[in-house]
Amino acid sequence: MKILVPVKRVLDYNVKPRVKADGTGVDLANVKMSMNPFDEIGVEEAIRLKEKGVATEIIAVSVGPAKAQETLRTALAMGADRAILVQTDDAVEPLALAKIFKAIADAEQPGLVILGKQAIDDDNNQTGQMLAALTGWAQGTFASAVNVDGDSVNVTREVDGGLETVKLKLPAIVTTDLRLNEPRYASLPNIMKAKSKPLDTKSPADYGVDTAPRVKTLKVSEPPVRSAGVKVADVDELVAKLKALGVHS
Amino acid sequence: MKTLVWVEHDGSAVKDATLAAVTAAAKLGEVHLLVAGSGVDGVAKEAAQIAGVGKVHVADNAAFGHNLPENVAPLVADLMGSHDAFVAPATTTGKNIAPRVAALLDVMQISEILSVEGPKTFTRPIYAGNAIATVESSDAKLVLTVRGTAFEKAATSGGSGAVEAVSAGGDTGISSFVGAEIAKSERPELTSAKIIVSGGRALGSSEKYEEVIVPLADKLGAALGASRAAVDAGYVPNDYQVGQTGKIVAPQVYFAIGISGAIQHLAGMKDSKTIVAINKDEDAPIFQVADFGLVADLFNAVPELTGKI
Repeated sequence: MKILVPVKRVLDYNVKPRVKADGTGVDLANVKMSMNPFDEIGVEEAIRLKEKGVATEIIAVSVGPAKAQETLRTALAMGADRAILVQTDDAVEPLALAKIFKAIADAEQPGLVILGKQAIDDDNNQTGQMLAALTGWAQGTFASAVNVDGDSVNVTREVDGGLETVKLKLPAIVTTDLRLNEPRYASLPNIMKAKSKPLDTKSPADYGVDTAPRVKTLKVSEPPVRSAGVKVADVDELVAKLKALGVHS
Repeated sequence: MKTLVWVEHDGSAVKDATLAAVTAAAKLGEVHLLVAGSGVDGVAKEAAQIAGVGKVHVADNAAFGHNLPENVAPLVADLMGSHDAFVAPATTTGKNIAPRVAALLDVMQISEILSVEGPKTFTRPIYAGNAIATVESSDAKLVLTVRGTAFEKAATSGGSGAVEAVSAGGDTGISSFVGAEIAKSERPELTSAKIIVSGGRALGSSEKYEEVIVPLADKLGAALGASRAAVDAGYVPNDYQVGQTGKIVAPQVYFAIGISGAIQHLAGMKDSKTIVAINKDEDAPIFQVADFGLVADLFNAVPELTGKI
């Protein structure tokens, strides 16, 4: 079975985002960009399924600017077999992304599509669920365990209050949560090898998808700043402050 | 505008997250509710009493028993024929179902709204809450998820919604519920607690968490939380995690104990009314957001606090 893993190029998670002075967005000029961490977990999970003999081929796909090639090369260096870059300089919304991935899924017929539960830039948490709707496939979101068993997959999900396991008929959509696995680092030989793995470049139009945005961003601003309060000298002073707020046993 | 609000429930009672979604929906127009599940008469009656509620659509069917989105989303999409906005709390259930509904309707969802600025204009957090975007939808219908801590809870009484059965939908047969491990606890839930006591990496072990954090929470009737570092180190279960990738909370009082205050954690608790930080590192970033900071060894200070409060 093939596994499709969408990956997104985003602001590196260690970089503190800065809102642009003109309020049009977050400044992405000359800052470190990396693969969305949840997508990295998706690539890792696909590789583990291949190592177990469940998957036969892993196809990484990214929708983004030419530089998203770097993100795809990272996926290839980790262990994906080939890559598709759907190149566009426009910001593509989850609904349009899901339509592109649906078209690719129709062509490639994967058994699983593994996506990050959300990208850490726009925090939408939508694309996987939308792809599931468009394909009509079952979805296992926020996965902390994925076990393929014959023609179905059991997905353990991180839900409010604990864990839940669902059984999904294949093909299916999985979205990853943080604790599904710890992604590997690509070794130097594998980084070199990745350079010669196939990478196709396409455009949204090749898939007949209109990426015109449905949601307009009117403004991006800094969140309200919370100012520091006071330092208390000792526990007694803290107890007095709390009692003044009505906090006591 | 006619809105359809997803009622989050546990099979017997309406969950608090629903009430914030009702408040958000009321800013848009008429509030109708959807109670989907198996044997949910009681939930529907309770939901009908929420202040300001018009109609309560009840879809009682075994196929809806575990909120499987494959079964529930087509039901919602069907009801959206006569509603203008689908509004769900941004819980794991809401986040699972709403985007599937949105794609079935061919509309973009607006996730985790913080405020309603106009009939189609909302604010929402991006970059883990490090920026706030004001966005406007151009779709004919709206699909929204609502961050529970950003809206007041609607009153649970005073309403008199008309309960109406919905017969649409059923089991698509492509997914099934296998089981759940939901922690049973006498404590308030993290996302609705008035007081939260959270512990961080500085505790060093699950034994110390039990020994230091739990007694303070017991004494205050508080919910228990933790930083991602403490969860990753295995001191407490995953669902204790407060932060951008865990739970977003906004209690009256939040105790951050032995938590340095990574951006990730702050994003999950900075809307708390009062923040109390106890940490021995006086330069810890948590003190920049704390209303009351105590620079002290938590292993001495917290038991003393527990004794004196």
